[in-house]
Amino acid sequence: MAAIVTLRKQPGNLTMSVRMPEPDARVLAKRERIVTALRTIVPGEGVIATEREMKPFESDGLTAYRQTPMVVVLPETTEQVSQVLTYCYGEGIKVVPRGAGTSLSGGALPLADGVLLGMAKFNRIREIDFENRVAVVEPGVTNLAVSNAVAHAGFYYAPDPSSQIACTIGGNVAENSGGVHCLKYGMTTNNVLGCELVLITGEVVRLGGKHLDAEGYDLLGVINGSEGLLGVLTEVTVRILQKAETQRAVLVGFPTSEDAGECVSRIIATGIIPGGMEMMDKPAIHAVEEFVHAGYPLNVEALLIVELDGPHAEVDHLIARVEGIAKGCRSTSCRASTSEDERLLFWAGRKAAFPAAGRISPDYYCMDGTIPRAKLPEVLAEMKVMSEKYGLRCANVFHAGDGNLHPLILYDANVPGELDRAERFGSEILRLCVKVGGVLTGEHGVGVEKRDLMPEMFSELDLAAQQRVKCAFDEKNLLNPGKVFPVLHSCAELGRMHISGGKLPFPDIPRF
Amino acid sequence: MTDILKPRDANEVEEAIRWALNADKALELLGQGTKRAIGRPSQTDLTLDLSGLSGVTLYEPAELVLSARAGTSLAEIEALLAENNQALAFEPMDYGPLFGGEAGGGSIGGAIATNLSGPRRVKAGAARDHFLGVTAVTGRGESIKSGGRVVKNVTGYDMCKLLAGSWGTLAAMTDITIKVLPKSETEATVVVLGLEDRQACAAMAAAMGSACDVSGAAHLPDHVASFFDGLPKPESSTALRLEGVEPSVAHRKETLAALMKPFGPVALLDEKDSAELWRCIRTVKPFAVEGARERPLWRISTAPARGHELLELLTPAAQMFYDWAGGLVWVAMPFANEPDAASIRGAVKKLGGHATLVRAPASIRAAVDVFEPQTPALAGLSKRVKEGFDPKGVLNSGRMWAGV
Repeated sequence: MAAIVTLRKQPGNLTMSVRMPEPDARVLAKRERIVTALRTIVPGEGVIATEREMKPFESDGLTAYRQTPMVVVLPETTEQVSQVLTYCYGEGIKVVPRGAGTSLSGGALPLADGVLLGMAKFNRIREIDFENRVAVVEPGVTNLAVSNAVAHAGFYYAPDPSSQIACTIGGNVAENSGGVHCLKYGMTTNNVLGCELVLITGEVVRLGGKHLDAEGYDLLGVINGSEGLLGVLTEVTVRILQKAETQRAVLVGFPTSEDAGECVSRIIATGIIPGGMEMMDKPAIHAVEEFVHAGYPLNVEALLIVELDGPHAEVDHLIARVEGIAKGCRSTSCRASTSEDERLLFWAGRKAAFPAAGRISPDYYCMDGTIPRAKLPEVLAEMKVMSEKYGLRCANVFHAGDGNLHPLILYDANVPGELDRAERFGSEILRLCVKVGGVLTGEHGVGVEKRDLMPEMFSELDLAAQQRVKCAFDEKNLLNPGKVFPVLHSCAELGRMHISGGKLPFPDIPRF
Repeated sequence: MTDILKPRDANEVEEAIRWALNADKALELLGQGTKRAIGRPSQTDLTLDLSGLSGVTLYEPAELVLSARAGTSLAEIEALLAENNQALAFEPMDYGPLFGGEAGGGSIGGAIATNLSGPRRVKAGAARDHFLGVTAVTGRGESIKSGGRVVKNVTGYDMCKLLAGSWGTLAAMTDITIKVLPKSETEATVVVLGLEDRQACAAMAAAMGSACDVSGAAHLPDHVASFFDGLPKPESSTALRLEGVEPSVAHRKETLAALMKPFGPVALLDEKDSAELWRCIRTVKPFAVEGARERPLWRISTAPARGHELLELLTPAAQMFYDWAGGLVWVAMPFANEPDAASIRGAVKKLGGHATLVRAPASIRAAVDVFEPQTPALAGLSKRVKEGFDPKGVLNSGRMWAGV
């Protein structure tokens, strides 16, 4: 059912392998005809078929996996998307949708026998409607461009993944992207009101709009985070919000991660939901301080940034409360920003965490588990043990408010065995997250990266139920196959009923 | 025959559904029955009463998470949360009184299955936005789980969203995990008096688009204003709620009052009056009182700035008021057996959004669409989703649409 497709790791000559659906020889054999047919739908430069020109599309943000697609198509209209999908559906050709390709889980990894459907040309903002507080945008519009387009009226789009300068709204919906402000303002799914979606059959459906809630099943809720397996977005309606009057941040250092965790718990327990609450461990603090000189204390084990937003009166009031709580949690340093520049400097370190890791190590591998927050000390302690076991350093940044952990495993791909060790280290961290009651991925998605770990969290029945949703949208399994689900079952197989037991009308169930 | 099966735990729910599958029986899912009269009249053989699955199984206030068996009463959960100064931020509305029942009923499973929310929907979201994890038995008699106990989770499809608002047609939920939030320390309401519906929608748009962080925006026209407690005068009132810590509410109250001045005379409600007013809005009080309960009741969700256009599109004898800054319109039709579905459907088609016939005699609900009719492509999708979960139509079949 699935072949070993060996994908090359760059740079160097190391190889990584991931099982992908076996390329369909029947499709590959008629490649030229397919390219010609696609050119009649999307004329000119919208179809890319040479090896050299397809190179930029061979991977996404998870660069360890690479694969040249069969052909790249860059449609410009919903009609073209619909025709491309109708054609592919009729011919049994796989399709991999792609936004900006910033996925960290291989969600946009091409298939050798698949059409890579790049949505970059859908880059227009169709409507800004301040009265209804929504923006209607094409999926290739970047996350930051939405905020920029409404900034003149004091509005913004709340979800702010760290790749927001590059990542697109379509990709945000596919991955249900988060960011540092999720705890207070929600993830993508809480901020999207509607979409236009093209099904693999070419049918165009509209879900939601400028109104709230679904008229029936919340299909929009399933599209969010579906990783491009259910349909291709051609338009998205997002909620925009008025910016808070002001924002201030407090920078607090702690002698132990337990103290920092305790402080986070007490802040929330006292009824404060900060706009952002981020934690860094010692290796992360040192890496970023060396890089951006944000003025972080270096003699602490854990550092917390707590940001509060709202009217001045509220923010000042809450900052005082947070400072009081921090003191009660044995903090060794505590500084509240007194200017916008200072606030941005506090954040500069946190936001530079990934490049800072890249500076102290040739390569790093970013993980994305979520854990119940109280388990943080336990998880950090176990990760230290793992770090020694695998002989690799690990720095941690943590969305403390919602328990989303980003361990950065530092390795050198040119040292034989390190990549493999980094991968095994990462898997062990994710298994630990699940073991303590958390999940495999908080915001980066399953993709190919965590696909084979899905059984750690889900039973076969759980996965079958999810795959039946896939079947409702894509019964031939042509959209982005090989992602999310470790084993591909046919929809016919999934549709069969297996009823066992239940032969007796349960004498022991009370009946009235 | 209206036999009732009352399982005591999740295993018995699974057993009951498997038995129904084998015996070719259709089940009606029931929690506390507060919303039993909503939807197409069911043609079921037995009732699966889930109220026996009761009790909070996990509550960690500092982690903002609570798990409970699906049949646990909302009242029990809300009381427990209140002890810790927390609440269900989605402010679930109470359908009980609309059908002549007592207030304060309903289970957490029912709240989720119908994706309940209240006035705070505009700021905090609906039940769907707070639903973190679930264990449920599908119409295949299989127990599945999805989500978890953490807020940030994108592992696999978000099946919670699909079950929220599915009215029990996909699976019988047995265990539910939700996000809970701190209760606001205080609240106040700014009321603009005497506005026409159109002006009111404009005022609400201005308030919602300000930095005042409004957590409820409702317009109560003249003809229903007298039903709402807490208002300064029984006349057309546009109410804007502010919640939070004391210094913040005090500051925003002033800012918002100044912003609203150009629209009309402004009055301020203190915490107590504000709470009373929003309780009446949340329970749809004008249409829950004796004498109004015979009237067919529609719930329309549309683009907030267009809500007021309904006034021109419906009979002048219809009574209505607006929540969600104009995006939620409750419309009561004048005659018991005439829901006037054609004009409602036509209006919604024009404005966008959807309408649900929340209350009407069973014979009417059997004859006209209760939920918004879907386009063929969307209806096909819904049907296939249903078949994936419940191919034999064992669970609440036909409650939303015929054949689903």
